[in-house]
Amino acid sequence: MTTKTVADLSVAAGYSVKEHAAGHSASQEHEDHGHAAAISRTVDGFWLYIMTDCILFATVFTGFAVMSHRYAGGPTGKELFDLPYLFGETMFLLVSSVTYGFVVLAMNRMNKGGVVGWLMVTFLLGLGFISMEVNEFYHMVAAGNGPDRSGFLTGFFTLVGTHGAHVTLGLVWMATMIFMVMKKGLTPQNQSRLIRLSMFWHFLDVVWIGVFTIVYLRGVM
Amino acid sequence: MHNEAVHIPGISHASLKGYIVGFIVSIVLTVIPFALVIYGRGAISADWIYGGLALAAVAQIVGQLHYFLHLDRSSDQTWNVQAILLTGLIVGIMVCGSLWIMTVLHSRMM
Repeated sequence: MTTKTVADLSVAAGYSVKEHAAGHSASQEHEDHGHAAAISRTVDGFWLYIMTDCILFATVFTGFAVMSHRYAGGPTGKELFDLPYLFGETMFLLVSSVTYGFVVLAMNRMNKGGVVGWLMVTFLLGLGFISMEVNEFYHMVAAGNGPDRSGFLTGFFTLVGTHGAHVTLGLVWMATMIFMVMKKGLTPQNQSRLIRLSMFWHFLDVVWIGVFTIVYLRGVM
Repeated sequence: MHNEAVHIPGISHASLKGYIVGFIVSIVLTVIPFALVIYGRGAISADWIYGGLALAAVAQIVGQLHYFLHLDRSSDQTWNVQAILLTGLIVGIMVCGSLWIMTVLHSRMM
C-alpha cells in the first residue's frame, strides 16, 4: 500500500472518487487513494497560491527597479549594504531550505521524532535569518535611513519587508506544525500541511535569490 | 489510529541525494555572484559582472525548483509546469511592460 507508483495515483485520483459515488464499499485501499487524491488536489491548489504570490513579488520587484536610482540625496546601496553580513543571512535561509527537505524525508519514513527535530532546526535557522534582517532594518531606520528617506529606500523596505513578512508567517506556521505533529502525530492532514509548508518555505528561498541579486549585489555595483 | 505515509507525486520521490546535490549547486551559485561583486568590482567590466549575476541567479532558481520543489518534466508535473509557465508569461509582460513605460516616461521628462 505504501509503494504506489505515481501513475497509479493519478489514475486513482479520479477513480476512487467515482467508485465512492457509485456506492461501492470503501475498502482500506480506496480510503488511502482518497486521502492521497484529496491531498494531491490541495497541494495543486496551494501551488496556484504560490504562483499568485510570485505575481505579488514581481510587482514589488518592479516597483523597486523603477525606484532603484531615486536616492533623493540619501544614501545609495553601496553605502548601506554589507555583503559579508548579507552572505551570512543568505546561508541561514539556504540551509533552512535544505533542513526542511530533511523534514520531508523523515515524514516519508513516518519518523515523527525526525520530523519534529528537523522542524525545530529549520525554525531556528529561519529565526536566525529574520533576526539578522530585523537588526539590519533597525540600524538603517535608527540612522535616519528609513522608508521615508528616498524612493530607493521605499522600494527597498517594501520588497525586502514583504519577503521578511512571508518568512515570519512561515515561522508561525512552522511553530504551529511542531505542536500539531507532537500532539496528533503524522496524520494524513498533518502530512498535507507539512507538504504545503515545504512548498511555501522553498519558494521563499527562491524569491530570496532574486532579492540578494537584484537589490543587494546590483545595489553595491 | 494507524497513520501511513501519503503518496504525493514529487514529494514521495524526494531523496537525501537530491537535497544534498541541490544544496551544493545553490552554495556554488551563491558564492560565485558574491565573489564576482566583492572581488571583481573594478577589475572586471561591469557588463560582465551583471551578466554573471543574471546567469547565476537564473541557474540557481532553476536548480532549486528542480531539487527542492521537485519540478520536472514528468507527466504528473505537467499541470504545475503549465501553471508556472503561465505565471512566467504574466510576470514577464508586467515587469518588462512597466519598466519600458517608466524608462520612456523618465527620458521624456528629462
